[in-house]
Amino acid sequence: MAGELRDGRIVVVGASLAGLRAAETLREEGFTGSLTVVGDEPYPPYDRPPLSKQVLIGGVPADTTGLPTRRDPDADWRLGVAATGLDLLERRVLLADGESLPYDRVLIATGTRARPWPDAGEAALDGVFTLRTRDDASGLAERLDAGPGRVLVIGAGFTGSEIASACRERGLDVTVAERGPAPLVGALGGTLSQLAAVMHRGHGVDLRCGVTVTALLGDGNERFVGADLSDGTRVEADVCVVALGAVRNVEWLADSGLAAGARGIACDAGCRAFNMYGIVTDDVFVAGDVSRFPHPLFGYQMLSLEHWGNAVAQAEVAAHNMINPGPLQRPHLAVPTFWSTQFGLNIKSVGVPTYSDHVVIAQGSLEARRLAVVYGYRGRVTAAVTVDMAKSLDYYRHLIETAAPFPPPPGAADRAIAADVPIPSDVPDPKGLSHEPVVALTGHLPDRRLMVVQPTR
Amino acid sequence: MASDTLLARITDYANRPDPYPLYAELRAAGPVVWQADGSALVGGYHHITALLHDPRLSADERSLCGRSASEHKDPSFLRLDDPEHHRLRTLAMRPFGPPHNPGRIDAMRGEIARITGELLDALPTDRPVDIVDDFAYPLPVSVICRLLGVPREDEPLFRGWSDALVAAADVRPGEDTADADRAGREAGSEMRQYLLDLAGRRRGNPADDLLSDFVNEPDPSLRLTDDELGVTATLLLIAGHETTVNLITNGVLTLLREPEQLERLVREPGLLPLAVEELLRYEPPVHMRERAPLVDVEIAGTTIPKGTSVFLVLASGSRDPRAFRDPDRFDPGRTDNEHFGFGGGVHLCYGAPLARIEAETALGALLPRLRTARLADESPPYRQNAMLRGPRHLSVRL
Repeated sequence: MAGELRDGRIVVVGASLAGLRAAETLREEGFTGSLTVVGDEPYPPYDRPPLSKQVLIGGVPADTTGLPTRRDPDADWRLGVAATGLDLLERRVLLADGESLPYDRVLIATGTRARPWPDAGEAALDGVFTLRTRDDASGLAERLDAGPGRVLVIGAGFTGSEIASACRERGLDVTVAERGPAPLVGALGGTLSQLAAVMHRGHGVDLRCGVTVTALLGDGNERFVGADLSDGTRVEADVCVVALGAVRNVEWLADSGLAAGARGIACDAGCRAFNMYGIVTDDVFVAGDVSRFPHPLFGYQMLSLEHWGNAVAQAEVAAHNMINPGPLQRPHLAVPTFWSTQFGLNIKSVGVPTYSDHVVIAQGSLEARRLAVVYGYRGRVTAAVTVDMAKSLDYYRHLIETAAPFPPPPGAADRAIAADVPIPSDVPDPKGLSHEPVVALTGHLPDRRLMVVQPTR
Repeated sequence: MASDTLLARITDYANRPDPYPLYAELRAAGPVVWQADGSALVGGYHHITALLHDPRLSADERSLCGRSASEHKDPSFLRLDDPEHHRLRTLAMRPFGPPHNPGRIDAMRGEIARITGELLDALPTDRPVDIVDDFAYPLPVSVICRLLGVPREDEPLFRGWSDALVAAADVRPGEDTADADRAGREAGSEMRQYLLDLAGRRRGNPADDLLSDFVNEPDPSLRLTDDELGVTATLLLIAGHETTVNLITNGVLTLLREPEQLERLVREPGLLPLAVEELLRYEPPVHMRERAPLVDVEIAGTTIPKGTSVFLVLASGSRDPRAFRDPDRFDPGRTDNEHFGFGGGVHLCYGAPLARIEAETALGALLPRLRTARLADESPPYRQNAMLRGPRHLSVRL
């Protein structure tokens, strides 16, 4: 059986980080059959994290972030063609150009796209951007090069904050409009969001929290000139970046019969997709941002992660499981991690900060802008976020993996005075935010109830 | 033999040429191997990683049981904990590297190549070359002198101080180290004063070097005090030349012992950066570091009490088969090589970017000559030091 699995036809839908790493791993682990990788963008796999950092600062052009390959995946690349459907019965991936690709096993790694501004007419104004793709970044960087009078960033999640940081680094005036009480609050909770607000303002960002943008304004010639806010004020700006989180690319699966909805495609810990009845499939696998999977460290809740590291780790597990029989398959148990750089700070996270009820500042201090915040849920450590203190992250990862008691034990030389004082983690209900948190917990053990598709806000 | 004598055997000069079997014994004896004197050895890769990143492990000697504070006044950031370590290291990093001076070390490539070329041109032709005295020692000394702003001709002066300081910092279990400690303290105080005098002359009169940048920092909150400047400059001068000499010499010795790999490098010089990483793993300049837990710390089911002297045997971790495939094989093409050659955690080697360029330049320039070279002495004499391990001489017929 193992021999059969190493041959045959595999189609990978999605040609970004997860798709590439899966393709490489398939070959690395001995898959000798035919391998096709489908991607809707015309470019070979490229890295996205630099698009909101080095590229926007002007350090590197957007077309230079191609992902290095670990080995030649010896694949048939179908780039610039979107997948439009999946026929589970006939085992075919349908493509936008009318062709269909037969498969024995398929991996879905279609990721996410930027959530667009809800009013299509306003979104089409010249000067209004979202940031997800190479083309987005290249267009935005070009506009920033031209020295706009002011940039309006809508949404102060990680992407919005990084964009604001890059604009300030270029010396551009920036207004950030955030619906929540502070930047990053959806992903990191109250304590660090306060630091984020201080960093925004300390770097000269005109930060407006607790407001929404009610309209984007044009000049009559379809050029963006400003926006109206819910507090009655108006912001005049030449560029607007809509940073309201991501939408999962699942629409092409609407008729497939898979458990695909607004929060992603449900799969088991072995990356096998569930069909709409909650029955696990044998030949359809999922990896990366588009997936949602149960994690035992976090109460088996279904995690949707938009993390670079998760895309890599999950793609490797999915690829392994695609060519190995059941007893040799592996679970995807990686502890989530992510990072961000903004306003001169290096922010790193391990675990799931939103899976928390309390936090302590374990090392350092908010005043020093160098600290480790540890998150707890019902008396055990579930996450840690470091600011300019990444070397401690491994230690906290170990605490999470071993379900260590919260608050964590004393002993660090730079232990904070507040290390014994748990305070509420203040992670808001995602429904109250204009953007999604980077980590979304989406319910308990997978079953049919998850098939109620939530309308996109 | 009993595993509680491992540290004594590792530091025994007779085992200096090949401590690696002892490291294998250490890894087999358990995650934590207690020594007769109450200290603990850790030699497994994953356990060392965990301890290097554990904020409860102190690098400060004053955290060790039974060490008095007076003996160890004004430690450098190498032996301080956060937040003080971070403050001093960050200040020391400002003129040296990113984010404030990202290009400084890379800009030295040309000068390092020039110094290397001059040393190679001056090599004797009528006798075997001593790779240490004729090449691997003078190269980093010239470079660190240039970088810091120390006159190269003062080398005999600071070499004596440096020898005394390094000897005092070595591990010698069971020996009476009082004399060495006293000599180290005296050398340290003289060296600090010497460097402070040099720095003082640059105040208001800057040259293109680190001492000038330190004393002419315009923001008072970012300026090192005289005491801090003395110990920091001493650390940089010593670390800048006592370690790279081993890296280069170990590199030459390893390549001469592995002619196939030498040929491979000559054929594929693009492998050189990977080869330097492999040397840092396979024959590292620094073999162990001492730490002390600030509270009782548990590792793999063993509790290490607060204040215990814990030796992280980095060179053993870098040969751990649980982390490296075929760890005792020297493979200059090895990838995924997260060795402990520069330590790890918050104390990760400050000078690593400089050491990498020095070793790459030195070995790259020497490569063509090594093809026809032979070891004049198959068993070169080693330096006394067990922590900073490397040959004292390496006689080679080029």
